[in-house]
Amino acid sequence: MLRLGIDVGGTNTDAVVMDGDKVLSGIKAPTSEDVTTGVVQALEGAIAAAGIDRAQIGNVMIGTTHFTNAVIERRHLSRVAAVRLGLPATACLPPTVDWPEDLKFVVDRHGYLVHGGYEFDGREIAPLDEAELIRIAGEVRDNGLKAIAVTCVFGPINAAMEQRAAEIFAEHCPGVPVVLSTEIGRIGILERESAAIMNASLLQLADKTVNAFGKALADAGLTCPFHITQNDGTLMAAETVKRFPVLTFASGPTNSMRGAAFLTGVKEAIVVDIGGTTTDVGALHLGFPRQAATVVDVGGVRTNFRMPDVFSIGLGGGSHVAENGAKVGPQSVGYRITEAALVFGGDTLTTTDIAVAGGKAAVGDPGRVGALAPDMVTAALNTITSMLENAVERSRVSPDPIPVIAVGGGSILMPDRLGDLDVIRPENFAVANAVGAAIAQISGEVDRVFALEKGLTREACLAQAESEATENAVAAGAVRDTIQVIEREDVPLAYLPGNATRIHVKVVGEMGASHA
Amino acid sequence: MPDTAVKDLAYDPADLWVLDHDDLRALEIGAGILGTGGGGNPYIGRLRAEQAMREGFKLTVLPHQKIADDALCVSLGGIGAPVVGIERIREGREGLRCVRVLEEHMGVRVDAIACEEIGGSNSMEPLLVGAFAGLPVIDCDGMGRAFPEMQMTTYSIYGHRSTPSAMCDVHGNAVIFQHAASEIWHERMARATVVSQGGASTLASAPMRGAFVKQFGIPNSYTQAVNLGHAVIRAQKAHDDPIAEICRVEKGRMLFTGKISDLKRHLMGGFVRGEVQLSGIDRHNGETGSVLIQNENLVFHHDGQMECCVPDLILVLDVDTGEAITTEMLRYGQRVAIVALPCHDLLRSAQALDVVGPAAFGLDVTYAPLKGV
Repeated sequence: MLRLGIDVGGTNTDAVVMDGDKVLSGIKAPTSEDVTTGVVQALEGAIAAAGIDRAQIGNVMIGTTHFTNAVIERRHLSRVAAVRLGLPATACLPPTVDWPEDLKFVVDRHGYLVHGGYEFDGREIAPLDEAELIRIAGEVRDNGLKAIAVTCVFGPINAAMEQRAAEIFAEHCPGVPVVLSTEIGRIGILERESAAIMNASLLQLADKTVNAFGKALADAGLTCPFHITQNDGTLMAAETVKRFPVLTFASGPTNSMRGAAFLTGVKEAIVVDIGGTTTDVGALHLGFPRQAATVVDVGGVRTNFRMPDVFSIGLGGGSHVAENGAKVGPQSVGYRITEAALVFGGDTLTTTDIAVAGGKAAVGDPGRVGALAPDMVTAALNTITSMLENAVERSRVSPDPIPVIAVGGGSILMPDRLGDLDVIRPENFAVANAVGAAIAQISGEVDRVFALEKGLTREACLAQAESEATENAVAAGAVRDTIQVIEREDVPLAYLPGNATRIHVKVVGEMGASHA
Repeated sequence: MPDTAVKDLAYDPADLWVLDHDDLRALEIGAGILGTGGGGNPYIGRLRAEQAMREGFKLTVLPHQKIADDALCVSLGGIGAPVVGIERIREGREGLRCVRVLEEHMGVRVDAIACEEIGGSNSMEPLLVGAFAGLPVIDCDGMGRAFPEMQMTTYSIYGHRSTPSAMCDVHGNAVIFQHAASEIWHERMARATVVSQGGASTLASAPMRGAFVKQFGIPNSYTQAVNLGHAVIRAQKAHDDPIAEICRVEKGRMLFTGKISDLKRHLMGGFVRGEVQLSGIDRHNGETGSVLIQNENLVFHHDGQMECCVPDLILVLDVDTGEAITTEMLRYGQRVAIVALPCHDLLRSAQALDVVGPAAFGLDVTYAPLKGV
């Protein structure tokens, strides 16, 4: 069974065909305004280059930045209601209170605070005010709001009130989708609520986009199931994406790092993805990107998704070179590289010209950079190397040597060694992110507060969380035998009785072939 | 008979500093830094303060020495678990209710608010209560940083009772602690009450006279926190080194830069105890460091030698942004700078060290004041 991996980036759409762990073909095409044209162009190219029968393709995996960009660009967002269960607590900070002004239209005056919610130990803050929810349902109908995001205080320890609210909305405003915060986020109510609201506002776009992907694939004669990658590098079924589009945020860097791990077989490394304008650097641990510890800003909104800890610098294949090689970037010719760089007949000195002049790459017309002063070329190469060294040094977690994997179209800029570290440049480095999509696995996760009481040990709680996470992964389509734990964390909660501890466990497994 | 007659103001309104949005953002960062790893995240408090400003309330700070000697001041702060604070956000008027309940109980009117703890989220609550009650917050606090327990304020250390006090929660419950046999008893009873109130409440305590606050409050806490925050923001904007800027502004000592190479945490009697191991980077390449934590950062060792310990301030800062990394945000592999700030002399006396010195945290370490810069 063959797999087709597609990565829809801001500039390029990449596609690869893979047979087991072999990459049969990799193709880059420009991303199109309607997204699907670029997808079809890339996938047709990849299928043709692989010389395979498309009926052999058993799974299609797509990575896309479409939903992140919708939030960043404030486009295609629906107006929704935000309902928080928790009064009298939380009254001082209504939903979207910390959003940028130009994004607040999403909820506008439809942020509601309702009696309900739980204490940290599971007691009710107040009984759920069902009459108020019925009144809100009326306003949702009257105002034609497209979805409802429900967030309950301490919902992550008991989802019952959120679920009850969903039942009431299903009865009183049927057909309006309801997003529950507990299905998306973790403890930290503002961040989880914001994620739920963003998700609600993206549902219409998600429906449209996923259907368009489905249609494009069907038109191309690909009737197999397709999945979309999420921010942790694992897969969601297309139908799940229609319910949880926010989970695709930041899947781009994740896919490229996962692809790098796969192409090299190295699971502990620093990955350097050099594009046209920027370079993303992140660390791989057990083959997965190391996660950022802090809150992550998406389009000016704080969220607590787990996102890869990626550090970006303004260095790429199109970066301007100035000051006799002492200054490189952050200005770049970007996608105009093939007309602006000297080797392509342009008049801008770029890092690509330096790489060609330095004998590190053979693209364009080397004759056009023959007259560059060798001292300047050496200086520029040194500048580039030291920029990369600093960025890699920042991501290193120990003084032990760790390999550096160079991927992305601009990785011709990477020297063979970086300080004391070996550099690996895999074949197909240019389409690593599409490979990352193609090899993505299925995950299961648990994150909640456990009380270490009545003889219950920390180990027993971790084991319970692990088994729940495993069941979640299997339910999502993972093969049980392949499941392994990739994140296990417990943080004791200070100042609380009963030795409460917050446990987070994530497992991943291979996707089952039978899962449709 | 309650003393409700109009009386002269206990300060000159011309002396008030009215905080603006920029000051609040600076305070958020500065108070986070002075939290020395604990104290909770001031983010939610800052949002609440901004919301209050939008509603037309004024957040005011009065210079420490400008409060009248006979003014009645109460110390104010949140009490409870930081994790509850980020999930079950406050109703909003808990602190105001504390003041009103205490006034009613004692038959007095409060003239000004004193901050209990400048470090972390507790920096914001006094400002909010002051704004709602129309009272200034005195530019001082009882810790000059963050500490885990109530008896660790200079108000208590220098002999002021923290009772009577009032504790209020989101539900409208109000509890008066009429008298505690000792400060430790007050801490113990308050802690038990907080748990029954859902793990995060607000406490108004230690009704003090202005003269006492002037003598024993740690001076200029708000000025210091706001200045720290402005220094960090300025350095971030100018792409300067924020760590160097912090050291310059606060006469701090940069002790170490390193990466977290190991992290151990466990619970002991409701407190998180842990140790952070660091491997040096940049000019500390090849050296090791370690930070002992118990809610706050307590001791720093450099190549096995103790370089700084509580009550001096040990700051664990993000190397790039200069902002504080709280103990619960510490992660393997993070790049941090360890900066030490000398604590105020009020925390260095023998009687203070009994309460907030290393021995008070069960550490077998002798306090040696941070060496000068």
